[in-house]
Amino acid sequence: MTKVGAANDRLAEHRIILRFVDEPDYTTDIDCYLRHGGYEQLRKALSMDPAAIVAEVKASGLRGRGGAGFPTGTKWGFIDHAKNRKPVYLLCNADESEPGTFKDRQILYKDPHQLLEGMIISSYANRAHLAYIYIRGEMAHGAQILERALAEARAKNFLGANILGTGYDLDIFVFRGAGAYICGEETGLIESLEGKRAYPRIKPPYFPAVLGLYLCPTIVNNVETLCNVKHIVEMGGAAYSKIGTPNNTGTRIWCVSGDVRRPGYFEYDGGAITLGELLYEVCGGIRDGNRLKAVIPGGSSAKVLRAGEIYPIRRKNSEGRLEEIEMKLEDLPLDFDTIAASGSMSGSGGIIVMDHTRDMVECLNNLSAFYAHESCGQCTPCREGALWMHKILDRMREGEGRPEDPQQLLDLADQIAGRTICAFGEACSWPVESFVAKFREEFEAKAAAKEHERLQPAC
Amino acid sequence: MALIRNPFDHDLPSADSPQVHVHLDGKWVDVPLGLNVIEVARRFGKLIPHYCYHPKLSIAGNCRMCLFEMGTPKLGPDRKPVLDGEGRPELQWVPRPQIACATTAFEGLGIRTASPLVESCQKGVMEFLLANHPLDCPICDQAGECKLQEYAFDYGKGRSQFGEEKVRKPKRVDIGPRILLDDERCILCTRCIRFAREIADDDCLGITERGGYNRLSIHPDQRFTSNYSLNTADICPVGALTTKDFRFRMRAWFLKETQSICVDCATGCNVTIGSREGFVYRLTPRVNEAVNSHWMCDQGRLGFHPIHSKHRVLEPARRVETGLFPGEWPLVLGQVAESLRKLEPSSLALLVSARLTNEELFLVQRLRESLRGESEIFTEVVPRKGQADGLLRSDDLNPNSKGARILGIGADGEKLPELRKRIEEGKVRALFCLHEDAIGAGVPEEMLERLSLLVWQGILEDKSCERAHWVLPGASFAEKSGSMVNRAGQVQRLHRAIPTPGRAKEDVWILRGLILALGGEDVGQSVPDIFSKMVATTPAFHGFTWSGLGDQGVPLPAQAG
Repeated sequence: MTKVGAANDRLAEHRIILRFVDEPDYTTDIDCYLRHGGYEQLRKALSMDPAAIVAEVKASGLRGRGGAGFPTGTKWGFIDHAKNRKPVYLLCNADESEPGTFKDRQILYKDPHQLLEGMIISSYANRAHLAYIYIRGEMAHGAQILERALAEARAKNFLGANILGTGYDLDIFVFRGAGAYICGEETGLIESLEGKRAYPRIKPPYFPAVLGLYLCPTIVNNVETLCNVKHIVEMGGAAYSKIGTPNNTGTRIWCVSGDVRRPGYFEYDGGAITLGELLYEVCGGIRDGNRLKAVIPGGSSAKVLRAGEIYPIRRKNSEGRLEEIEMKLEDLPLDFDTIAASGSMSGSGGIIVMDHTRDMVECLNNLSAFYAHESCGQCTPCREGALWMHKILDRMREGEGRPEDPQQLLDLADQIAGRTICAFGEACSWPVESFVAKFREEFEAKAAAKEHERLQPAC
Repeated sequence: MALIRNPFDHDLPSADSPQVHVHLDGKWVDVPLGLNVIEVARRFGKLIPHYCYHPKLSIAGNCRMCLFEMGTPKLGPDRKPVLDGEGRPELQWVPRPQIACATTAFEGLGIRTASPLVESCQKGVMEFLLANHPLDCPICDQAGECKLQEYAFDYGKGRSQFGEEKVRKPKRVDIGPRILLDDERCILCTRCIRFAREIADDDCLGITERGGYNRLSIHPDQRFTSNYSLNTADICPVGALTTKDFRFRMRAWFLKETQSICVDCATGCNVTIGSREGFVYRLTPRVNEAVNSHWMCDQGRLGFHPIHSKHRVLEPARRVETGLFPGEWPLVLGQVAESLRKLEPSSLALLVSARLTNEELFLVQRLRESLRGESEIFTEVVPRKGQADGLLRSDDLNPNSKGARILGIGADGEKLPELRKRIEEGKVRALFCLHEDAIGAGVPEEMLERLSLLVWQGILEDKSCERAHWVLPGASFAEKSGSMVNRAGQVQRLHRAIPTPGRAKEDVWILRGLILALGGEDVGQSVPDIFSKMVATTPAFHGFTWSGLGDQGVPLPAQAG
């Protein structure tokens, strides 16, 4: 266990997934991985019944680390193996593209075999004989590392036919992404893997567990999620579920970027530390002695939280009764549920920090430029709305704002969220909705600036 | 079943689907299980607006115009639906709007087509679609039949907040020999892409670029040459795809619409003739699930142009030494009848077209009866063979071969070699060509010269017409009413859309005139009268009535065809 940047013991990181990655002599080599106890859990898993592994994962309470936080065991349970006659595919979503998120990259680049071991166990648990790693197109070097790791694993018979003499066959292939954010949406990923434009599919009917890759049952899991499976096999679901807080089990990797002294990635038990502790103690506080202005807690799609806000949080107390308490932004424990209760989401764990020198219109315009560029354009509200909102923000930034702009941004965001094929509708409208609602005075000031000029007599 | 196989039939659930109860805007109704929600609403007179949904194409779900509020039965603690006082399940409403096109009917489904949430969704989608739309309705061919226009009136806000620069995209893109694309007007519903892939089997269209800059494109090395390409212009809800043939010719609202059928092959696709002031501007397919479903081929659609050709024969005339000498109809008919009467019946042959209607063929039959003495009069039709394409086109290019067979006029030209032999041997010395060219049918020119009488009735000048002693100008398909029997035995009606040009006459009028001049029985002036006379003497048509044929036609009893 590594201790990073904190004097207080409570603030020491608890690294499970990233346990070895930053050790000086740790390499991506399979021998190095084997020296660190690698593929031991695979041997253990292959001696278990696949259904037993699924049961362990269910018992562990593991929630998906890609952003939505959906319980992994439940997802795996959607495939009815008694009735299913089609091949099952397991896809690793390594298309990490959410701005502010850089956790999967650490695993892919520094510890590929941990992912492979997790994937092989997960494939075995889901009775898949073919799995793909859909890696973000820009991570070219990562794809090379994975290719090498796959070759090493095949050479040692951790992959291929009759793995370790157990009679289980599996092969894993790396598929390099097509260079779009939407390729990380699970059905968009499937379309892209099939060689098509990454247009997300409509659900219903195309739920991946029923009609996924090549219309066969398909499990799509995030890199970090699959790595966790290895550790669940190691310690058992019940033991794993004791890490963190109920419903927020296991560790989370938080990626801190923006205006802090020491940005980086930090692994903690679910709910173990608060946002304030992470920012002020672990990350050394706001840069240049500035004041905190806002935090986006879960990747750029999450709603922004404003410094000084107080959130009514409903949660179970130690006696198991629901209670409502008030919490300051800095006191929010980092987990799925509390951050969701504060009106945002912990999403992919990408924490973006903005200090008081930041212009919120500029910040939002930066995000909206991303979303306007990355909308796949399949369905109307997102295609037209994302670009429209960006055009308004761009104009405001140029000093051409109009008094009606803030309200119009809210109206547009409202017309997109919940009405699109995939969650991109929410991803592009939530930032707009929250930035404008929480920093309305800044948006109104920007909008009014030009109005003042317009009143000057022309000469 | 339609003669074309549709990959999807969202509007036609299989006959054995059980009925389920669905709660539609406050009323419980019965519909087949699995019926698409847009079709459920349509069956009860409600329109759920939509762009990308088409009953015969796969579901795309991308326009988001058909968002509705969905209810599901509330389940009690025993996992059974909670029932209200009337024994109906209580509903709980899903907070997120759902797309109707991807939802199918199940027991206890609740549908709200006009709640505040639904209206807000519709207003939002309309505003988004119009944001970057060029709004060039005054010069757009689709105006008047544009779903964007219609829904903007019915479901839109009436004004836009859009104050930014619009996205510019390519215009006048030549994607195929018969079709043009305007990308700025396109709302990216992908109907054309799905049609090309799923029905025309010519997967050459797709989307390029990304997000707000998305545009419909053709594969760089391909052209949309499919013989069904123009259907994309029909299913395009906006003016993005327009036909080169109709583009800028006429505003849609000026067109008189006449329901008829295509006469380009034996399939008999149902069409709407769009005409104005005696001029046909376009044919568009008309839905008939027993024949063409929603589609027709480009060849048939554009095949009407010759009716406005400058080679149309416009006056009844007699050939004199210096050429054709126009005459008055009563005199011409009288003189032709006189010439025919003088003939030995066995020396006359009738060369008839299987492109004539049943009524016309029936009058030919009657004419033959009134001329015959002891011997039969030789009649035959001229076959036209093409290539069947497995979709709609038939290898038989005559639209009424079945009718000609039923009425005993001819059978696919089997006896044509015999006709030629008889003329060669001098047994046949008079020929009456009805909408057919004897030379084209294989009678050599010099043989025609030997004939003592050549009567020609038709619409376009041809080689036989040039040699005819008498020329009788008839009517094209758009200028007459009547019925035909298609290749599957469907008896369908044509309706007159425009008057005959010049002094040309409908063929039933000409034939009736000849019959009367020959002293034959009057079969009546109107097509319905003639039809009922024909039914009375033709067992295959037993029980048919003119009005009973309706817009969709009636199939012949199985043994008759």
